[in-house]
Amino acid sequence: MAASSGSLGWNLVRVWTLLVYIFMFLPIAVVVLLSFNASQFGAFPMTGFSFRWFVELAQNEAILRAFRTSIVLGLMTALISTTLGVLASLALVRYRVPGANMISTLLIAPILVPEVVLAVALLLFLNFLQINKSFTLLLAGHVIFTLPFVILVVQARLVSIKRDVEEAAMSLGASPRQTFFQITLPLMLPAVLAGALFAFTISFDDITGTLFWKPGGVETVPTQIFAMLRNSISPEINALGTVMIVMTVGLPLLGIAIARRLSSKSGA
Amino acid sequence: MSVEAREARQPWILLSPALTAVTFLLFVPLLFIVVYSFWLRTATGADQIGFFLDNWQEALTDRFYRDILLNTLKIAAITTLVCALMGYPAAYFIARSKGNKAILLLLLMLPFWISYIIRTMSWINILGVSGALNTFLLWVGVISEPIQMLYNEQSVILGLVHFLLPFMVLNVFVSLDGIDTNLEDAANSLGATRWQAFKQVTLPLSLPGLAAGGLLCFVLGAGTYITPLVLGGATDAMFANLVFEAIITQLNWPLGSALSLMLLAVLGALVLIYNRYLGMAQLMKGLG
Repeated sequence: MAASSGSLGWNLVRVWTLLVYIFMFLPIAVVVLLSFNASQFGAFPMTGFSFRWFVELAQNEAILRAFRTSIVLGLMTALISTTLGVLASLALVRYRVPGANMISTLLIAPILVPEVVLAVALLLFLNFLQINKSFTLLLAGHVIFTLPFVILVVQARLVSIKRDVEEAAMSLGASPRQTFFQITLPLMLPAVLAGALFAFTISFDDITGTLFWKPGGVETVPTQIFAMLRNSISPEINALGTVMIVMTVGLPLLGIAIARRLSSKSGA
Repeated sequence: MSVEAREARQPWILLSPALTAVTFLLFVPLLFIVVYSFWLRTATGADQIGFFLDNWQEALTDRFYRDILLNTLKIAAITTLVCALMGYPAAYFIARSKGNKAILLLLLMLPFWISYIIRTMSWINILGVSGALNTFLLWVGVISEPIQMLYNEQSVILGLVHFLLPFMVLNVFVSLDGIDTNLEDAANSLGATRWQAFKQVTLPLSLPGLAAGGLLCFVLGAGTYITPLVLGGATDAMFANLVFEAIITQLNWPLGSALSLMLLAVLGALVLIYNRYLGMAQLMKGLG
């Protein structure tokens, strides 16, 4: 593509792309910047550099509670969703299942349905079954909403694992169970971790369904931020935003790094 | 049991937990709200079970609902168009750049990982009366009074574009990256200009990716109620806001069911049309 590098068209595309990156990052950078503002108000001008909003954040009981709820919910969602997703992916990738395409579509359906509609249907149905707004409802909602993502991620990684190694183990006398736990599972580990991380992040970030499902008085981090926004934008929200940015960007990067590490080890 | 029979049963054992979850947490609830939408919420707050067409009549004939539905589709369409115009060149640049594609792509995907509510509210810091843009314009001297740029339809669209752009870029990138660059070179050597080669070879080949990105932007954009609540004004409600109102505020669940199903029908029709002509595979490529 050497011919294109100097041309006017290519340079326009380059400048356009730069502007798109600025568009994506500027608001986020401003959140981080303002979270260190010493001013009373969550806005310009910057009156000085301060950590006070992070200190206040760490002492805000409501926010800490929201963090605990979000983390417990995210971990449980990841555990259940990944278990269901990995089993289903194994079946779809490893076996010749009649109607596999149809089954895939069914399993992906929760993300093809608008989340608001999914939220309403689940809330009303479980309420009909006498399961009121509760942590159980919240967990059920998060599981069904994250399951398709886990299946997509795990399936994509699973395809690349060769069956030869497993067959070799079996021919050397390993039982199917031994083969699964000693060969297949370690090979699958990066895929499983990637799926779990994906489920956790999506659960941690969800607000659309959560606002429908959460019981009164229970807040996750996003719904807590949403409730705080009702008043006005406080410097505390910017500080909380910065913490969330570090968490949601840091965790996946860490996950990618771990996955790389593991797969390069198992590849060697 | 024979070995073959066991072998044949195994995938179903593996699939059953996930299929059970999808059945009882998605399909049965969807069927349930179809039934529910024909019930009636009485003044006392109890549901009257039966077959009443009242909710559907209200949802389908009330101008208020129709106008908001059309406005929602308009907002989603503009958002999708802006995402395509902004995202296509960026995806093209990433796919054809000689630098580190993975890093460029990862950089654009980072905001995708950042909390939706944070990204939405971050625009208040930019567009608000004492936000970055007003502060800058006052400092330069272009304006003497801060202007209110928030809480209107434009700020809602802006927030949606910021939220959905990564979906567009990723899908277009996947499809551009799969195109053999030799095709463009061949067009060039046959006398086509760069622009002609792009217009007649690369662009048509990348349309499936553009369509997949477009579908995602449209469906996700049309189904949101948080962005209008945070960045929109009192008159910028979208259709999902009506659903939220009916279910959470008015507690009129039968009407909320009918409105949800209306939204599902409109957006579901789009997904089905897309599936009919392009298939789900393209969409899965971009998501996985």
